[in-house]
Amino acid sequence: MSAAAGERPPGGEATVRERLASWLDQRVGWRQMMSVALDEPIPGGARWAYVFGSGLLFVFVNQIVTGVFLAFYYVPSADHAHTTVSFIQKQVTMGSFLRSLHAYGSSVMVLLLMLHLAQTYVYGAYKGRRELLWLMGCFLLLLVMGMAFTGYLLPWDQKAYFATAVGTNIASEVPWIGGFLKRLLRGGNEMGTLTLSRFFTLHIFLIPAGIFAAVASHLFLFRKAGAAGPPRPAAEVRQLPAATFFPGQVFKDFVFGIGLIVMLGALASARPVSLGPAANPADATYLPRPEWYYLPVFQFIKYFRGAASVLGIVVIPGVVVLALFALPFLDRSPERRPLRRPVAVGSLLLVLAALVFLGVQSAVEDRRDPAVRAKLEAQEHEELAYAKEPFTPEENLGPFAGGGGAAAAAPAALSPDAAKGALLFESEGCSGCHGAQGHGGGGLFALVNLGKRFPPAPLTALLHAPRPDMLQGGMQPVQLKAEDMQALVAFLLSPQRDAAPAAP
Amino acid sequence: MTGDTPVTPSAAGLAAGGPPEGDASPAHHAAAIGPVLSSTRRSFFGVLVGAISAVVGALMAVPLIRFALDPVLRGGGGADWYALGSTEELAAAAAKEPVRAEVSFRRVDGWRATTVKQTVWVTLGAKGGLEVLSGTCPHLGCGAIWHGDRGRFVCPCHNGNFGRRGERISGPPQRGLDPLPLKVEGGKLWVKYQYFRGLVADREVIG
Repeated sequence: MSAAAGERPPGGEATVRERLASWLDQRVGWRQMMSVALDEPIPGGARWAYVFGSGLLFVFVNQIVTGVFLAFYYVPSADHAHTTVSFIQKQVTMGSFLRSLHAYGSSVMVLLLMLHLAQTYVYGAYKGRRELLWLMGCFLLLLVMGMAFTGYLLPWDQKAYFATAVGTNIASEVPWIGGFLKRLLRGGNEMGTLTLSRFFTLHIFLIPAGIFAAVASHLFLFRKAGAAGPPRPAAEVRQLPAATFFPGQVFKDFVFGIGLIVMLGALASARPVSLGPAANPADATYLPRPEWYYLPVFQFIKYFRGAASVLGIVVIPGVVVLALFALPFLDRSPERRPLRRPVAVGSLLLVLAALVFLGVQSAVEDRRDPAVRAKLEAQEHEELAYAKEPFTPEENLGPFAGGGGAAAAAPAALSPDAAKGALLFESEGCSGCHGAQGHGGGGLFALVNLGKRFPPAPLTALLHAPRPDMLQGGMQPVQLKAEDMQALVAFLLSPQRDAAPAAP
Repeated sequence: MTGDTPVTPSAAGLAAGGPPEGDASPAHHAAAIGPVLSSTRRSFFGVLVGAISAVVGALMAVPLIRFALDPVLRGGGGADWYALGSTEELAAAAAKEPVRAEVSFRRVDGWRATTVKQTVWVTLGAKGGLEVLSGTCPHLGCGAIWHGDRGRFVCPCHNGNFGRRGERISGPPQRGLDPLPLKVEGGKLWVKYQYFRGLVADREVIG
């Protein structure tokens, strides 16, 4: 079709398109933008080794899109979070698929980050005035790990709850401010609905905002420094014929990115993620295990006990992270060839080997101990059994459930007079405007703390002759026999009425 | 399909919806590319990248749209039948005056279920058969109450008045009280609660 358009003599369809393109360009300047975006020179041309950064962007977009859609149904409250995730998983069309895309996407993000970091490291691509670019990348690493940590709690099932309980406990090992850090993360001493709110806010507002800003800076700094090219001496790289970013590298990046999304989709439909039973804080026997990417850290801190634990939890990981951040300042040599950098490449391999060893060791230890193994298997079995159960909605019965009327809802607590008043409140239609038991809700006029505001006599007078503003709002003078009025007033002023939970 | 046919680069770029690289491509980069990558090949990549993204994007959009539309496309279950009581007893009581009754039913609201309670009135219709009226005033939704001394239903909010069969007498409501579907089964009167649109003269069930 485009070929046909190209063959047409001038004055045909292509010209109209051409003119439209120029018209837009004069106003938007898209040709220059495209040129800036696509004509970035890459020394030595396109390579598959460079695709990881773009791959991260593809999967990040996947996380944003699926995350925003999951928020259609998710409620971040300890009361409802698990029910709503279960609703998404079991009831909503495609819910299990989208949730799986999001959950697997987080693992793929971490995996790609490792590959992107390793490639940059091995190619020595942090060298040559790229310190800030590298720092921004390290900052992004922390942000993405933060996303993984905060997102893990949100389903509020057993493993989410207990893994986060352990994770936040780790913060308390930090010297001096540990206790404060833990309370800051949890929104109090214990895990609870405030923890969930905080993690939710971090996960969908604060950390993503940080990621947007950091990705923009990372890309800007990358473009400012230019593509590093293959790991050869700088003079040699300068001599290499350059190819523009488009089409070669764009094509490779797209094939990789789209391939990742297709693979994620296949994984999400073939093996949807599961959801365990709702968090039960009283369950003292639950054995939490973190996601695979936190397993090495989990295993590492097992080796440090008592006073030494600060070493394993804070000092050593802190030194490793600091060294990572400081890398371009520590390694000032311009040499980029991996084989000429035995210390740098060797230490990367050492750290990677240690991480793999720790992760494997953690799995091995879990298998070796029969009690632990049996418990973990039982937990997995429980989770699968729960996943198979059909969705059951959360029952919100409220004080009027079961057809017993107001007296049944506020049982022996109400005096006989007030109980009679409760029935009158219903039968006289008061609840039509003031809600069940006068609790309002749904735009109705709630009657709050009347007992503290009125003695019985003025309230009786007010009911007989409402104020003008009350009449304006639709209030009708109450006409009842004296004893009925007394019962109604007794009901309105009873502290039990104020204390009873509002109807849903 | 594009093959080796000469192509106007910008036209191909626009046609694919992909990134066009028109006449404004800076000369210094073009020189760097050399003759290896003809503009045809560049356009071909553009078309390919655009087409692949369009296909995968469309494939991704399907589950997203279905996910978001789930509650819209899922038909509302409606209330279940609720047994009000023995037909005989209700008929005897309603012969004297309308009988107030409460209907409770479970309403599934997304991921939660609530028990909703509504007032209905059992009364005798024009032909002497049992009728069940919604107690909700068809004006603004307050509860209309039977006043035996006045022999009519009165809505306390804006003084809507209705006769004992629910017919409109006076006040702002534009129609009488709404009759509900009912059935007799096993000697019992069953009713199905419905919601009606307020503020209009014609009855319209909305849930």
